[in-house]
Amino acid sequence: MTTREEQMTVCIPSLRRYARALVGNRSMAEDLVQDTLERGWSRLNSWQHGSDMRAWLFSIMHNLFVDTVRRQRMSTEAYDEDRGASDLSEPQMNRMLVMDLHTSLSKLPMEQREVLLLVSLEELSYEEVANTLSIPVGTVMSRLFRAREKLRSLMEVRESSNLLRMVK
Amino acid sequence: MKDQFSHALVTEADLHAYIDGLLPLSRCAEIESYLASHPAEAERLKSYLKQSEALHMAFDSVLDEPLPKRLTVPPTPACTHAWHLQRIAACVAIAFTGGIAGWYLHGQTYAEQMLAKNGVYTVAQGSSSDDLARQAAIAHVVYSPDVRRPVEIGADQEDQLVTWLSKRLGTPIRPPKLGQIGYELIGGRLLPGQSGPVAQFMYQDVAGQRLTLYVTKDQTQNHDTRFRFEQEGPVNVFYWIDGRFGYALSAGIGRKELARIAKVVYEQIASS
Repeated sequence: MTTREEQMTVCIPSLRRYARALVGNRSMAEDLVQDTLERGWSRLNSWQHGSDMRAWLFSIMHNLFVDTVRRQRMSTEAYDEDRGASDLSEPQMNRMLVMDLHTSLSKLPMEQREVLLLVSLEELSYEEVANTLSIPVGTVMSRLFRAREKLRSLMEVRESSNLLRMVK
Repeated sequence: MKDQFSHALVTEADLHAYIDGLLPLSRCAEIESYLASHPAEAERLKSYLKQSEALHMAFDSVLDEPLPKRLTVPPTPACTHAWHLQRIAACVAIAFTGGIAGWYLHGQTYAEQMLAKNGVYTVAQGSSSDDLARQAAIAHVVYSPDVRRPVEIGADQEDQLVTWLSKRLGTPIRPPKLGQIGYELIGGRLLPGQSGPVAQFMYQDVAGQRLTLYVTKDQTQNHDTRFRFEQEGPVNVFYWIDGRFGYALSAGIGRKELARIAKVVYEQIASS
């Protein structure tokens, strides 16, 4: 049988990935993960055995994220500019795509970004996202629709400007 | 040409559930057919899929980054769990490699669950001819127990079935006649496959035993094969590749009996 600490440890890579995509900035993301783990640890008694530990930790992270943004301590626009650029093994187009994605993500409203990342990156079901964020499934869906559409138009603009840059 | 199916009930939520792999496999063909007749919608969904792929491409590497000391669960030192995390990261990486493989693979997760429930376990990715057997077994397990709607078009409309599947696969295709060996055609359906649409024909004997014939096109990576046998949990599968076509016959019946039927199917196809 795995202990609760082990279960929590297993969730850390996923929490880090989500935080990095959500916040953009590496050190701010790590702060958010650390705060989440500390709060999760101190409230471990409120976690119900058998329920999904990862979704529970995501909801703690969500609350911390909202608090932090509200207090304006964390700028959601503070995306690192150089990520992806140092990895020369990836084809150039992929690197460009990744960099465009970082920029475009930072332009999505926070609520839409959360839903998009939980669905597309962390692969939670719509119900799990609804529980995690304490919103109705219908709201999850409408945020997802808007997020995907907005990201599509943002990426299209960047793609066409990349093409121009390559032609020049 | 207008598709024969009504798409009145395809909602925006269905389209998103389709690309997120959250739609029951039984509805995927419906969405496929909707997208085939709405190219602009198909383009839009493709760009959403590309977003998900790009997100994984951008952030999955975080999973493999070494864990900073401060990010540990309080009472446990990080080093005792290092092997565990590596293992988890590896599992997740494998899951994602499959996950972004493409347009037609969605719904796989659901099918995998169905297979696990039915005692068919995930095996390591083999050659694409092994995949043929596996995909056929998945489709068999998902559709053959369906009492209410095992097929999309019934055998009573065989002409329509033949026309529709031939059109969607882009090649003439006809279900073999197995009445002489006790299996009557119930009908068929179109399924998403790895390299395009796939046809599934379903047959039944008087005792209600069902068997399915899974037909794929564009088997470009494979050379012709003889009969091969694969057991996928409770489902036995005989399969072979003939030119561009892959055939797989699946049923929950004994190997010998299935071989006999497979031979009849093979001969009919070869002589047609």
